[in-house]
Amino acid sequence: MRIYLDHAATTPLDPGVLAAMRPYLESEHGNPSSSHGTGRAARAAVEQAREQVATAMGVAPLDVMFTSGGTESDNAAIKGTAWAARAAGRGNRLVTTAIEHHAVLETVQWLADEQGFELTVVPVRADGVVDADRLLDAVRDDTVLVSVMAANNEIGTIQPLEVIGPALARRQVPLHSDAVQAFGRTRLDVAGWCLGALSLSAHKINGPKGVGVWVQARDLPVQSLLHGGGQERGIRSGTFNTAGIVGCGAAVELAAQTMLVEVARLRWLRDRLLAGLLAIEGVALNGHAQRRLPHNANVAVGGCDGEALLFALDMAGVAASAGSACQSGASAASHVLAAIGAPANQAHLRLTCGRTTTQADVDTAVEVFGDCVKRLRDAGGGYL
Amino acid sequence: MVKVLVAMSGGVDSSMAAALLVEQGHDVTGVHLKMADTPSGLPGKGCCTLDDARDARRVADHVGIAFAVWDFAAAFAERVVEDFVSEYEAGRTPNPCVRCNERVKYAALLDRARALGFDALATGHHVRLRRDGDGTAHLWRAADADKDQTYVLYMAGQDQLAATLWPVGEYPKSSLRAMAAERGLLTAAKPDSSDICFIPDGDVAGFLRPRLGQRAGTFVGADGATLGDHDGAYRFTVGQRRGLGLSGRSEPLYVTAVDGRQVHVGSREQLRCSRLHATGVSWIAGQHPPSADTGLSAQVRYRGRALPCDIDVAGDVAQVRFPDEEPEGVAPGQAVVFYAGQECLGGGTISKSWSQSSAATA
Repeated sequence: MRIYLDHAATTPLDPGVLAAMRPYLESEHGNPSSSHGTGRAARAAVEQAREQVATAMGVAPLDVMFTSGGTESDNAAIKGTAWAARAAGRGNRLVTTAIEHHAVLETVQWLADEQGFELTVVPVRADGVVDADRLLDAVRDDTVLVSVMAANNEIGTIQPLEVIGPALARRQVPLHSDAVQAFGRTRLDVAGWCLGALSLSAHKINGPKGVGVWVQARDLPVQSLLHGGGQERGIRSGTFNTAGIVGCGAAVELAAQTMLVEVARLRWLRDRLLAGLLAIEGVALNGHAQRRLPHNANVAVGGCDGEALLFALDMAGVAASAGSACQSGASAASHVLAAIGAPANQAHLRLTCGRTTTQADVDTAVEVFGDCVKRLRDAGGGYL
Repeated sequence: MVKVLVAMSGGVDSSMAAALLVEQGHDVTGVHLKMADTPSGLPGKGCCTLDDARDARRVADHVGIAFAVWDFAAAFAERVVEDFVSEYEAGRTPNPCVRCNERVKYAALLDRARALGFDALATGHHVRLRRDGDGTAHLWRAADADKDQTYVLYMAGQDQLAATLWPVGEYPKSSLRAMAAERGLLTAAKPDSSDICFIPDGDVAGFLRPRLGQRAGTFVGADGATLGDHDGAYRFTVGQRRGLGLSGRSEPLYVTAVDGRQVHVGSREQLRCSRLHATGVSWIAGQHPPSADTGLSAQVRYRGRALPCDIDVAGDVAQVRFPDEEPEGVAPGQAVVFYAGQECLGGGTISKSWSQSSAATA
């Protein structure tokens, strides 16, 4: 038995997405930048994917660029925008939140440590939602970019971009958002929230790994991270990953078209899962109960070590997650849980549903979870 | 068939432990213990590098077992490394492998393995386990005498041994390498790890210097005369001859004792130890052998020989005498481990030693 409840880590490739990619792996081998017919056939597929993404995001096709994934998109958008703004003499300050993904936090930290930018990292409330007023107070005249994730990858909390975005726009401060977890699972309004830059990842929405989306509004100046052949408006060089891009377009379209139904289904499954988990003594929810992604359950389990509980679940066939993985493969302490003041002597586990999750999966997982917690607690909790 | 958790360091011994357990038909899961926060991606020797974690993972893949990495860095730093530093600070010579087995592997790790429903914990230690008809477990020296590790496992009690497997102790190291090569394990030709995993270059003084700093003191001769200055007593271990910086003497000088900031030096003769005092003594069988028991021997360092001894035990302290051959350079802080022939009976921590020719040397 294997029950996969780690869809925030990655998702299975959708069969329809695979079918869309297949021709570009098997026969259509052209370089989309070539001018001949073989190239044009591939280029058509890339441009169609660009339109699929543009339609889903409500932006112009040329605002959409394809990258190697969410991490590259975050790096390119943040570094590129920060460098361009400083070169234009607009300032030197970056503002972000304490619960961003490492792809954002490590990037702004590098800009601060190595590139001389001033950095303000705004804390979040105990419910894992950033206080919009507090964030806006941290923004000064010399702020060149604010980066706030649309929804958190660990605790699923949805950030108030609808407040932050328009307020920043009035002050002419650009906003980037890592929407890797949010897209397809909650509403995103690029235009209404005045997002200048945005990052997506295909593999979080049943697309292939190794491809992502970087939306960068064309009126937001940017410098290149990758120099070369001048693909993607000249700011993201590199031969187009045709099959990956086609898969990304198909996955984005699938997510957008099925979102209403899928969100309702995921919420129902998650609520059922969470109800089962919270019925276990000493289990509590991490993060805001309502303002969170519909597939995300993140719970604190008293009297258990997280690494041990995660292992016990794995051995029992339930795949969940605790924090992020370090290079060796051990679980690293979570900066997100630290930021919301979650107690360190408890297990904190994330279980995330997805397109392939069934009611039976959820019910079995609750049962297994309860058994593992009980056995572990009876044996002292598995602490080191 | 039992459900076994095998600790996989990424070396050939634990790799073969995993392979042998699978072949013996057990339900095996591998775990790599991350003992330190290694700087990202830097190649390195010794334990706990990314290379070791990867090697362990690939061996687990190869032999077809589930695998996990557990973060023991905080527990290891607190229970082994801090103890190591403070022992040196106190003028003793600790054995961190003993501490690790006592406080990490056969404590926290074994407890967690049991909590997770494992029947046994296995490691790649070179020791052998023998069980009596009545279930009493005995610890025996490894088939490969040069690789024997009973010295660092003397503290294991019946409770630990009841849930332990040591499959590689039955084989000579050379055979294990050949067996690993036959099985296509990528660790077959990997060099042996260093004695102290967190000091892969072996430079103990270099490891201690930034942690303990400059602590000027003096060298004191057997007659009480001050012979010179040093910048930190922790750099010196009983029995040490090199690096004292006391040249021009008629006979070579050895460290005979470390006492606060004073490092006592003397002739090789003064290194000889006729008796010693040990604390924290434990017995694998759960009770100490009768004092009159003959044929007992004691080993005072990891790579040493066991020498015939008499033992007087009172609670968890023991007085050990060496009636025949006397060991040299017995350093307080090291373990004294007791044997009856090939069987390891138990041991303790050396707190004091005496030589025939003088009062307490330490």
